[in-house]
Amino acid sequence: MRNLWIFISRYNAFFLFIIFFTVGIYLTVKNNSYQRSVTLNSSNEVVGTAYERLNVFKRYLNLGIVNDSLAAENAKLKSQLLGLTTVDTTKEVQVIDTVTNQQYSYLAAKVVKNSITLRNNVMTINKGTVDGIKSGMAVIAPQRGVVGFIRDVSAHLATIQSLLHKDTKISVTLKKNHVLGSLVWGDGNFDIKKAFVKEVPNHIKMYVGDTIVTSGFASFPAGILVGKISKANVATNDNFLSAELNLFTDFSTLQYVYVVKDKKAEEQKALESIAKPNE
Amino acid sequence: MNSRIIIINVIRWFLLLFVQIFLLKNMGFYDLSTPFIYVLFLLLLPFGIPNILLYLLAFGTGLTLDAFYDTMGVHATACVVLAFVRISFISISLNRDAIDDPEPSLSYMGFQWFSLYAFLCVVAHHLVLFFLETFRLTEIGYTLMRCGLSCIFTLLIILLVEFIFYRRTPR
Repeated sequence: MRNLWIFISRYNAFFLFIIFFTVGIYLTVKNNSYQRSVTLNSSNEVVGTAYERLNVFKRYLNLGIVNDSLAAENAKLKSQLLGLTTVDTTKEVQVIDTVTNQQYSYLAAKVVKNSITLRNNVMTINKGTVDGIKSGMAVIAPQRGVVGFIRDVSAHLATIQSLLHKDTKISVTLKKNHVLGSLVWGDGNFDIKKAFVKEVPNHIKMYVGDTIVTSGFASFPAGILVGKISKANVATNDNFLSAELNLFTDFSTLQYVYVVKDKKAEEQKALESIAKPNE
Repeated sequence: MNSRIIIINVIRWFLLLFVQIFLLKNMGFYDLSTPFIYVLFLLLLPFGIPNILLYLLAFGTGLTLDAFYDTMGVHATACVVLAFVRISFISISLNRDAIDDPEPSLSYMGFQWFSLYAFLCVVAHHLVLFFLETFRLTEIGYTLMRCGLSCIFTLLIILLVEFIFYRRTPR
């Protein structure tokens, strides 16, 4: 302590300089709007650039996973194509039918911005009105799993209200017996790998490991894999059961998504919005 | 003797700040060269002054200037840097025990020592001042030019003033 004191008093000029200089800089930045704005802007710039770099790095690290999922998807598509071509060759008429009546088409989009840490997470993708994207369209993950709904659309970009959002509700069913439920995230749960199926009727028996798929009642096509139940039959206060499930979608490594275009969406909406006066 | 030094310094403070604020503030060549003569007050403070008092005086003088220039903190910071350079230069160039001159002025210390002393202090002060004022590195060439030209201007005036008040003292 004594030595420290001697050291400080010996170099007091320097320490006093540091103190006064800091105060001076502080006063400058605090009291002059120009200097303050420059400081804030440049620090924002630094932070932004750092994040950008980090993002590039992260994308590189995830390359393996993305590759795997792309390969798997390729295989899946190829097998589907094989199925289609066989149908093609046997029944020509059906081909025309299936093409014209095809209800859903998929559009691949790259995730420009993703967030998973917030209470309400919103993503941005690089497709917009130019590519025919409209608000309310469903978004699914490349391999399996759901992502969310399109929220706002600009010319070349669109935001997705992801499943990790307190207002997102997706109609799902149990794959084995087609019992309806609704998929939600949140409610004190901030784990991006978990979600809940709610509003399952009380008499239904769910088991750990049961697969949950989309019902097809909302804008999602039917039968898209959502997740597997990890904790079944959680009693709630109302007359319904709920279950906890592990999502198939890995939101933390999501880089490409598919936007589902439902050709009959507008027709369905228009039909359902015709209100009967006696209802 | 002691009170005389204080009175002289107080008068010098008022005089230099008066000249700086009411005369030199309105002067400048194409916004390139502005003299800051008030640093002479800090240069001419007596040798025996404690460091803390020197810093306080520098900071206070800077703040007074800031109040008139509407640049809160910029001059204060520059003056603090000047004080640091002053202390360092004096401790390096002079033997602390053998200093019997009252103040580091041209009359006591000679032209060579004083001009180097004034040059270093003024350059440090102006560098900090102009870079804090611009606060970015993109216009570095322009800032350096302003700084250099202002340094020359300030130094010229400081030497001029020192020669005007030159007293031949027996050494």
